[in-house]
Amino acid sequence: MLDTLSITKIQQAAKGIRRRVLDYVIKNNGGYLSQACSSAEMLSSLYLEIMNLGNVVSPIMPPAFSGVPCQNNPDYLTGAIFNGPKAPHFDRFFLSPSQYSLVLYAALIETDRMAPEGLEQFNKDGSTVEMIGAEHSPGMEIMSGSLGQGLSQAAGIAYARRLKGETGKAWVFMSDGEFQIGQTWEAMQTMSFYKMDNIGIYVDVNGYQCDGMTSSVMNIEPLEERLESFGARVFKVNGHDIGELIAPSKVELDGRPLVVLCYTNPYQGIEILKSYAPKFHYIRFKTEAERQRLSEFLKETYGNSF
Amino acid sequence: MEILSKLHAKNLVQWAKDKPDILVLSADLTSSTEIDLFRDAYPDRFISFGVAEQNMMSFAGGLAREGFFPFVHTFAVFIYRRAYDQIAMSISYPNLPVRMFGFLPGVTTPGGATHQAIEDIAIMRSLPNMTILECGDATDVETVLDYAHSVNGPVYIRMLRGEIPRLFDKSEPMIFGKARLLSSGNDITLLSSGICTEEAIRAVEALKRHGISIAHLHISTLKPFNDEAVLEALSANKYGVITMENHTIIGGLGSIAAEKMAEQGISNKLLRIGIKDAYLHGASREYLMKEYGIDASALIRTVEELTDSRFNIDEDDLKKAHITLMHSDAKAEAL
Repeated sequence: MLDTLSITKIQQAAKGIRRRVLDYVIKNNGGYLSQACSSAEMLSSLYLEIMNLGNVVSPIMPPAFSGVPCQNNPDYLTGAIFNGPKAPHFDRFFLSPSQYSLVLYAALIETDRMAPEGLEQFNKDGSTVEMIGAEHSPGMEIMSGSLGQGLSQAAGIAYARRLKGETGKAWVFMSDGEFQIGQTWEAMQTMSFYKMDNIGIYVDVNGYQCDGMTSSVMNIEPLEERLESFGARVFKVNGHDIGELIAPSKVELDGRPLVVLCYTNPYQGIEILKSYAPKFHYIRFKTEAERQRLSEFLKETYGNSF
Repeated sequence: MEILSKLHAKNLVQWAKDKPDILVLSADLTSSTEIDLFRDAYPDRFISFGVAEQNMMSFAGGLAREGFFPFVHTFAVFIYRRAYDQIAMSISYPNLPVRMFGFLPGVTTPGGATHQAIEDIAIMRSLPNMTILECGDATDVETVLDYAHSVNGPVYIRMLRGEIPRLFDKSEPMIFGKARLLSSGNDITLLSSGICTEEAIRAVEALKRHGISIAHLHISTLKPFNDEAVLEALSANKYGVITMENHTIIGGLGSIAAEKMAEQGISNKLLRIGIKDAYLHGASREYLMKEYGIDASALIRTVEELTDSRFNIDEDDLKKAHITLMHSDAKAEAL
């Protein structure tokens, strides 16, 4: 059982994630805000308790963009350095929906892996702190923005690591919309077929996607039963409850890939966002008054802006 | 002419014997792509995915990131048509050493439009970081593994299966980035690839007897395309250049030659033999080559057009033409 101090630390980090993303969205008149609301506890729990990652010596300042991978660019950078050194016993993290990049960057800052000033480079030309991150972006090591490809790539890595006798696990963060994609189910059947219990998937089931409510765009429920029928070991939790989030990661392995369905609220912690329903995917202010309203909320809840 | 059978199946087992980091990936076409012997010999290095190519491609990218060399085998159409986004983002963007063996190029299958890869080179060539190789005979099939495997990045191989003729001497392996010079001449420059090379050899022999001298080069590296000998040959001819491929004339060897000629300011005429912007249908290879005009007779007609002459070469003569083992430019006496 996790002690109170650890839980408080994770809650503080989650609060910090929301604060940083909200601050950015206010300053830039829009952004992926609801993703921070729904996934802040998930990412802070993953980074501070669930994943066994190597430490970074000190928070890293994101380097400038140095070109895409190719035969003539051996100096190509990977965002995986923010997740600590690679070692056979260390876990690895894979963000599948890169639309959550801003939330990941905020999580890296809150967990002392990225320098806070790094966020000022977000979405700036020549920076690696991109809006929809690539594998050179902080905290990322694969190309996953084309939804549905992250899980298969992570599964390939996990399979290879098992072949090499490495004990570290692969943790994949996914969005619920990705369970509309055929490739996701191809990957699930493969992981189950090859009894891959060295992979764990945390799914942000916030119930919304670009076009609106998931249940109105293309139904994915009953997700738990669907996944179980594919051979996964599924846990359904409240995605804002730290204890519930962490518990499934501690169970003894039994040969099945782990899926933790984290049911979340897309305006958790910033309740005044509720009025945007069902368009939570990308928050854009139409009037100065809207922006003012959130600015005041930020000040009341978190004190001053950064 | 020697005809060999199930070459890749036997060759791969031998070649991969002492290479524990080679993994073979299959999408329910294990015997059809000649990896059944590998599966039986090294079951721990064989991964079956079922009919699920998109996952297989991204998964291959993951394996490659951890230091393995995935040798993906399936029909070509299921590589580049079914899983294009996965190839682009999970394999090609990160420049990972995944080797994709695409079987059933163009007319080599009676399986119809769903199984005939007619635009694979055009599609794969436009991907940054991608290397493209094509096999034209038994020696190419036997030796493509070494050259594919020497590339630091993804490779797409247009592969042959089943009974394959040996056109090139066994002692002369495919050389990366180097064309095989099969005949010298200065009237016409002919670039052929894949199974069209055998047809071209038949026609070139007949044309020689009519006094037409042809510089015939067999192209096996389609990307990168920078063999100096080929670039020189594009301009060194009296009448012009002919390309001949088992692929649509859009985006393949013909297009590559056109780009290179335009860039070099070569104003010689270029005639492209290939599938003329049309889908194929289910029929025998011989029938399709004739119907779509990519056989030896098509080459004769094209040479007649380019030289404005008539040779009255009989089709049966072309079919019966005896093909002796060809030596590349490495052996001067064979020229």
